Amino acid sequence: NSVGEACTELKREYDQCFNRWFAEKFLKGDSAGDPCGQLFKRYQLCVQKAIKEKDIPIEGLEFMGPSKGKTENSS
Amino acid sequence: PFSKHVLTEDIVHREVTPDHKLLSRRLLTKTNRMPRWAERFFPANVAHSVYILEDSIVDPKNRTMTTFTWNINHARLMVVEERCEYRVNPENSNWTEVKREAWVSSSLFGVSRAIQEFGLARFKSNVTKSTKGFEYVLARMQGEAPSKTLVETAKEATEKAKETALAATEKAKDLASKAATKKKQYV
Repeated sequence: NSVGEACTELKREYDQCFNRWFAEKFLKGDSAGDPCGQLFKRYQLCVQKAIKEKDIPIEGLEFMGPSKGKTENSS
Repeated sequence: PFSKHVLTEDIVHREVTPDHKLLSRRLLTKTNRMPRWAERFFPANVAHSVYILEDSIVDPKNRTMTTFTWNINHARLMVVEERCEYRVNPENSNWTEVKREAWVSSSLFGVSRAIQEFGLARFKSNVTKSTKGFEYVLARMQGEAPSKTLVETAKEATEKAKETALAATEKAKDLASKAATKKKQYV
């Protein structure tokens, strides 16, 4: 289910396209082409709107988070 | 069947890098099930589900995947971060092995530190006041002229106490904001 209830259908369509592309193309080393681009755009328009409406704070967060020190004292 | 507590799942960012890696960011919402005692202490948190982000990097060339997952709300109460590294088992290429690290932290730990520091600083300044007052009374009793009038002494002590309390509050604030990064349980 999508966080934006109205986006669930768009999400499902995109997911289907992505899963096919991921298994058949991306993992086999073929990164040419972006067959799901349109579906992704439509889905994103919907979901980003829902995120803003719900005030979900996803902005300004570093990808993969801040780097963690390798040695930590467990407590 | 094990994830009834996961309510929604959405991709909010996706890109393929020039070196053929897939970067994705997923937004998840999960139910917020707290123990009863926690519901009483943190009633404001009860009504809201938890929003979680999961960043991932899939590298088909090196056959690795890395994920980093953490909650973006209820953060003042508790933050849980998890980092997983998936790769081919070096001894058996049919196996995937995962290295999982997690950090659990709460800035509420910082609040108890701040309260302690403040209490200690105020105690110290009160001890100064009471010691000076005691010396004053002794001096009067022993017929010596006290070195200062009562009003002046008290004023000085209050000024000193205010400074100490202010410094302690600043230190406490600083500690409270640092505590979230400092005190963590590492697993």
